[in-house]
Amino acid sequence: MDFPIFHLDFLNNRWLIGIIAVLHALINHSLAVGLIPVVIMLQIKGLKESTNQVLSESWNNLAYKIMKTAFIITTTVGAMTGVGIWFSASLVNPASIASLIRVFFGAWFVEWIVFVTEVVLILLYFLTWKHFHTGRLFDKIRHLKIGISLAVFSWITMAIIVAILSFMMDTGNWNTNRTFIYGFLNPLYVPQLLFRTTLAMTMGGMVAMFLTMIYTKKDDAIRPLALKTLSKWMLVFAPLTGFGAWLYYYIIPKSLVGNMPVAMGTMEFESWYSQIIIVVAIAIGLVAITANWAYFKPKSLPKSLAGISLILTFWLMGHFERLREFIRKPYVIGEYMYSNGLRAEEYDLLQKDGVLKHANFSPVREVNANNTITAGREVFLLTCSRCHTTAYGINAITDKFGKMYGYDKKWDSDAMKGYIQNMHKARYFMPPFPGNEQELDALVAYIQKLKEYPEPLRGAQDGLGFPKETASSIYETQSVVKK
Amino acid sequence: MNIFFLQVIVQKDVPLPLPFPEWFLVGLLVISFLVHILFVNLMVGGSVLVLIYQILGLKKKDYDVLAHEITKTITVNKSLAVVMGVAPLLIINTLYTTYFYTANALTGLFWIMIIPLVSLALLILYAHKFWWEKLENNKFLHISMIATVVAIFLFVPLIFLTNINLMLFPDKWSAIEGFFSALALPNVFPRYIHFLNACLAATGLFLVWYLGKKEYSFEEKMPSIERNKVRKQLYTFTFWGSAVQFIIGPLVLFTLPTQGLGWNMMIVILSGASIAIFAMFYLWKELNASQENIGSHWGKITVSMAVVIIFMGTGRHLYRANALAPHQKLVAQKTAEYEKLIALAKLEKNKPKVESKEEKELPKGQKIFKENCAACHAIDKLLVGPSMKEASQIYKGNLNALMQWIKKPGKKRDGAQMPAQSHLSDQELKDIGEWILSLK
Repeated sequence: MDFPIFHLDFLNNRWLIGIIAVLHALINHSLAVGLIPVVIMLQIKGLKESTNQVLSESWNNLAYKIMKTAFIITTTVGAMTGVGIWFSASLVNPASIASLIRVFFGAWFVEWIVFVTEVVLILLYFLTWKHFHTGRLFDKIRHLKIGISLAVFSWITMAIIVAILSFMMDTGNWNTNRTFIYGFLNPLYVPQLLFRTTLAMTMGGMVAMFLTMIYTKKDDAIRPLALKTLSKWMLVFAPLTGFGAWLYYYIIPKSLVGNMPVAMGTMEFESWYSQIIIVVAIAIGLVAITANWAYFKPKSLPKSLAGISLILTFWLMGHFERLREFIRKPYVIGEYMYSNGLRAEEYDLLQKDGVLKHANFSPVREVNANNTITAGREVFLLTCSRCHTTAYGINAITDKFGKMYGYDKKWDSDAMKGYIQNMHKARYFMPPFPGNEQELDALVAYIQKLKEYPEPLRGAQDGLGFPKETASSIYETQSVVKK
Repeated sequence: MNIFFLQVIVQKDVPLPLPFPEWFLVGLLVISFLVHILFVNLMVGGSVLVLIYQILGLKKKDYDVLAHEITKTITVNKSLAVVMGVAPLLIINTLYTTYFYTANALTGLFWIMIIPLVSLALLILYAHKFWWEKLENNKFLHISMIATVVAIFLFVPLIFLTNINLMLFPDKWSAIEGFFSALALPNVFPRYIHFLNACLAATGLFLVWYLGKKEYSFEEKMPSIERNKVRKQLYTFTFWGSAVQFIIGPLVLFTLPTQGLGWNMMIVILSGASIAIFAMFYLWKELNASQENIGSHWGKITVSMAVVIIFMGTGRHLYRANALAPHQKLVAQKTAEYEKLIALAKLEKNKPKVESKEEKELPKGQKIFKENCAACHAIDKLLVGPSMKEASQIYKGNLNALMQWIKKPGKKRDGAQMPAQSHLSDQELKDIGEWILSLK
């Protein structure tokens, strides 16, 4: 892609997006979309309790405390990680995010309008709570209505963003049906939205349950009542989540299913696919156990069980997000753009001319006798670094070849060339190599050098690597100076 | 012979059309950015004033209460500042794609640090607000919390300014090495000071209104200080913050790199500055008014400042447009040329291929092998997986088992797992299996 290449040689660029995005998704599912309806449910319990004033107040206070936790986390880390997704995606794969926003600008803009409404509503809902609750029933109901609007708008933002996510995964549609509406009409949309909605509700219930254990004491009258209500909520939504997950898996395009074992764990754990499924099942099982325990024996529910179930549900969701992102490979936009930021239609040209010739931010523009390793490094940066680090980091390229050919053995150049040229046929998640023959040679030489001497790879954030003299006039863009 | 390319980088753009007409996106960008920056001003200025009043509050308790009151406004303003930032971010991504993303990447480490830094500042702000009573007897800790927030809020704008400055100067991109070298480019620091004054001025004006509302029970909350005396203080912040801009403004103008200067931009900026004189006149009147009449000119001041800001925001955009126009032409040219090259290369590739005599004579199974298996298997040596001659020995006389294995391989050895070749048809599996078994 024709941008300066930002690169994190230890953490791995995907993890930058991954950490920020998964954190954001965990927060918006479990503390916004899924939690607000639960808070409303608790609030309604309090309003309905007309005889016992103390109990009514307890419901209200619990609802308020839970909402306060949600308010603090969502308006700080929640909001900033949302912005962080834009920042990190723009750093790691600007070509793809730039393409997506030219097409889905309208969708994101509408989403933003809904966000603004959501922010205003959550500020109103939380900051006027105490004020409205010292008032009459009429005021309390007015306050409740603000909460209900907030819950609705929260869900609407999910409904819009899922359209974009589903579109990215649905193969072949970028080229035939590239419109905002298609985001809603593609076959992945409803299953993913159903799955996420039910998952969010379940997670919201789990969070509320955990917070109830923290905000109430063992002997409080409200605790068993609240736990029973929350467990009823979860016993409704947990099985629905299971159904949503099954439906989502069922719809995933056949050609992408081949990647599933690799996505569920890294390449090394391909063969442990079935074991991971078991762990996932245990997580869901634990959630079900917690919910049942809370329903039938609320007084004896241990805090730790609620806490562990919550952590496991988060882990499950993090895993699902990784799976969803991985299944898209080798494309970042199905059938249009590969993970390396290059469009499929560019390949004919690049495999002839080489990627360096058209990489305007690269200080090296061709492979020659004097610059094999340096050129190989620039080729690696341009064509491999979106997913791979060099030697000591996550998903290091030396690890990949070390596993295949042996860490201590010599790595045969011809074998490596043959592998890189054909790997996209063996590993479905790998994009084809976009460079030409000389660049392939240079890349292989570079990787072999890395094995010998693993020099960390600098990204654009440390400079592009141009020689110090540069032009200061735009007139000099066409000149070539021989030294 | 070394060939050095001395050139200003001219990159290709994404070959997709803008989602809306450019003038519409530009208008939206200028307006939405101004709204965002206004709330940022209130958030930053508010935090600074909270710090100042808390320090004053060590001597006079009611100033501490005032500080507490101001933190409540920050809770709202900060959320609006963040959410209103999304629209200009999206639009600048769309309109100035390659310029903005380039600047982001070149200052990448500090750019992404904005996220944890601001998150931290916001969390500390909440702790600072919610633990006000708890930390009654530990004012040192309490004040150091808001001081930390102020420090973060004074640093983060530099990251933003560095970015939006760097994006305007493609001639500097090949020379930059990280955030600090970009920070040192003209004219980041003058713009920064311009921004800080605006924070003070805007917040002062906002609080004059907020604390002056009839429903706001100032006297109940802070009996020992006078409402209108405080409002006058705040007006003073606004007055001086704005007056200094008459010096800083020209400083910004004179230190701007020439690339973006133009008469269109000059006229707009200078017109804006002259309208500001109108606001200054009424600010002066407010400062000299009697206590009871404070606030009578608030409306005039605010409306005229709003007009000034719209002019300044527009001038700011014109500078950017001027600076980038020549380079954008080159980018458009290069983008179009590249698409032509792609089309040509595609035509070349699609010319009917003449199979070489050797290729014609290869058995079908071997052709399929070359296409699908050669990455990991060779005919007579170990690569990633065993050689085909070895496979031929293992599956001697058992074509079906071999075909099954290729379609859905198990795992008999250490090392990488062979991926399932589920994309091969039954006929292809048969061809390949037969060829493998034919190897001796």
